[in-house]
Amino acid sequence: MGRVPIVRIGDTLLATVQDDLYDRDALALQEELSAMLEQTEARGVLIDVSVVETVDSYLGRILRDVALGARLLGAHTVVVGIQPAVAVTLVELGLEIKGIHTALNPEKGMARLRRLLAAEEARDRSRVH
Amino acid sequence: MIAPGSTELTLPVASEYDIVAARQRARDVAKGLGFSLVDQSRIATAVSELTRNVVRYATDSRGEVRIRPLERSARGVGIEIVVADDGPGIPDVAEAMRAGVSGGKGLGMGLPGTRRLMDEMEIDSEPGRGTLVTIRKWRR
Repeated sequence: MGRVPIVRIGDTLLATVQDDLYDRDALALQEELSAMLEQTEARGVLIDVSVVETVDSYLGRILRDVALGARLLGAHTVVVGIQPAVAVTLVELGLEIKGIHTALNPEKGMARLRRLLAAEEARDRSRVH
Repeated sequence: MIAPGSTELTLPVASEYDIVAARQRARDVAKGLGFSLVDQSRIATAVSELTRNVVRYATDSRGEVRIRPLERSARGVGIEIVVADDGPGIPDVAEAMRAGVSGGKGLGMGLPGTRRLMDEMEIDSEPGRGTLVTIRKWRR
């Protein structure tokens, strides 16, 4: 258990959660992602939670806050690899996940990010004309 | 494999580290009893919610989690988890169960969400005398 490594790939930050997170590790992830978004001017964040067996309301809220915070810094977030059992549990728990983009795996998540960024660029262009 | 009827596990709760420990032990016991992956996730998450309430609201974040297998002729195999603390207690249990996601202080989704994940839940609480939450899940 411990810190979540974050690597930069092009204009995307990839955070791969390695184990069930303590609360303080989840908070650290949130803070480090914000700091790295500011430093790197990355436009996408991919959070891989495929090994996470338990997502409770606390971690669910942190993931949502990460996505909202990244949005304010000009980036989109996609959470990838939510285990099927975790997905069922989150729905029953009643977690509000509006605003969180998800994908089955990192590859699909990356494609999702590309589409989100392309749509944003198209909007920006149409505003100029 | 933990045989039904084997002894109860008691885990002390004193810090946020014990939230992860408690839910992992509950998951291990549920797995040993033959619960499905989804039920293991429901049980571990319910224990996480209740244990976090202890860490957040109980006096000095202290309490305890007791996990025990159940076997009843009418229901078959189950698991029972008791999360206890001697903190400030819940003044209005019915209100705590109604509270929505936006409850702000965090209890919001915790109790009603936990109830939805489990088959049975009982809350015994009085202001100033602590809180005892008992949850049960039966194997399908």
